[in-house]
Amino acid sequence: MNSEMIIQIIKEVQKAYEANASEIEKLDQAIGDGDHVINMRRGLKAILEIEEELGSLKPGGALNKIAMTLLSSIGGAAGPLFASMFMGMAKVPGSDHMDDSKTVAKMFSSGVELVKQRGKADVGDKTMMDVLIPVSTLFNKLVERSDLSKNEMLRQLMAEAERGMLSTKDIAATKGRASYLGERAKGHIDPGAKSCQLIIFTICDYLMNQEKIR
Amino acid sequence: MKKIINDVEDVLTESLNGFALSHGDILKVNLNPNFITRAKKSKAGKVSLISGGGSGHEPLHGGFVGFGMLDAACPGQIFTSPTPDQMIAASEAVDNGGGILFIVKNYSGDLMNFEMASEMLGIENMTVLVNDDVAVEDSTYTTGRRGVAGTLIVEKVIGSAAEAGASLSECKELGDYTNKMIASMGIAFTSCTVPAAGKPTFEIAHDEMEIGVGIHGEPGRKREKAKRADEIARDLVDTILEDLKPDNNAEVLLHINGFGGTPLMELYLLFNSAANELEKNKVKIGRSLVGNYTTSLEMAGASITICKLDDKILKHWDSPVHTAALRWGM
Repeated sequence: MNSEMIIQIIKEVQKAYEANASEIEKLDQAIGDGDHVINMRRGLKAILEIEEELGSLKPGGALNKIAMTLLSSIGGAAGPLFASMFMGMAKVPGSDHMDDSKTVAKMFSSGVELVKQRGKADVGDKTMMDVLIPVSTLFNKLVERSDLSKNEMLRQLMAEAERGMLSTKDIAATKGRASYLGERAKGHIDPGAKSCQLIIFTICDYLMNQEKIR
Repeated sequence: MKKIINDVEDVLTESLNGFALSHGDILKVNLNPNFITRAKKSKAGKVSLISGGGSGHEPLHGGFVGFGMLDAACPGQIFTSPTPDQMIAASEAVDNGGGILFIVKNYSGDLMNFEMASEMLGIENMTVLVNDDVAVEDSTYTTGRRGVAGTLIVEKVIGSAAEAGASLSECKELGDYTNKMIASMGIAFTSCTVPAAGKPTFEIAHDEMEIGVGIHGEPGRKREKAKRADEIARDLVDTILEDLKPDNNAEVLLHINGFGGTPLMELYLLFNSAANELEKNKVKIGRSLVGNYTTSLEMAGASITICKLDDKILKHWDSPVHTAALRWGM
């Protein structure tokens, strides 16, 4: 992976947000404060405004730059959380190369760990962590297996992300804005979890179509 | 959506520009990163108070920048927490050598952004968290109660103490103490419309009200048929008093806050109803404040905030203040 691919993925994610904007907005209006899509759009736009600078950096540096850009543009809870994800990924030795799936899996879990620390949420709190933590665990398990093709691994990660997202439907919220609703949040998928599922799907789709990456 | 705007993406900047132009004697506005400071820096050694939060609650917080209250305010996008770079730039602009005290309303977004600013800032700093909204319980839900209209009382009280030379830790302690003396709860009749969203944040029938509504139009305790003012006042005051448990004949500050879409006439009517309810409960009104101070854009509705008064809080509430939204004694 190189910085150019990171930029391509961000562009794909931006497209995915546009295509799914009204669905996430509806979820956020049901149990959040309805601004998640607007904030994510602003963050994605801010990253693409510095596309050239990012392209000139090594992946680790680009991830850090993306983190700081998201931190100063998204606001709300999503800003520090998504920024932490990128900061955590950039921290892992080898993030400048990202040349094997084990490194990428390590980076992913390092990002998830920082998000977990910042948001103080865990699996079962009806947040983005219900998607991120299981996917991170499975990812690190799957990279140890030599019998899996790249696409099979990606398909399993997507299934795990989907499962995590759907699991938020039946829990009352204990973290984030939806926590103010408690039991009333039951029956609604968490918008942050949906957002993460969408991003993971987009990244996996992109990687499946990349012949160069194994 | 009918609003007095030009382009949706310019709402915040153009509103801040107008705010700066109309209050040039009191404050200055810095854009990119956005923060509001006093026109004149406060005296050397004074603790600098900085608050902030999503925009759309005006006059909170920018309207409370000035002598006797805040040194700076960081406005975020509408209903979205400001970002750490704003808080860091504001801190560097207003630091007097006495340290920085952040006053933060309890929302996960605000908390995380101020937390990151606090960690990244190279100046000694502390944080006071305001969580006066009794509508939603904090027992089961770790994120706890929301910070709402009581915030301005905390800002006024600490602002006065800082002006009188209190240290950073004294200001922090007084802020935590004052926060515990305050409880609030509100109701809404209509939703608000965030300009960038273009449609109402929530649906509500013409004859319904949301009890315990949040200041972003987020749901509270329950949805009911709209009631008479006396019943609304009774429900809100009773819930608040259950939380505050004031002594018999205790003196309180009664603050009726409009959410932006309810006329002052109704706010005074609600004050009257709340005053009757307090009398029944043997609670005395020592100070009062009525008006639109912590708004939710054009949402119709109001909140009641009660703050128990003691000599310390009373002294700091009465001391001179000169901001865009609160001014007395000077």
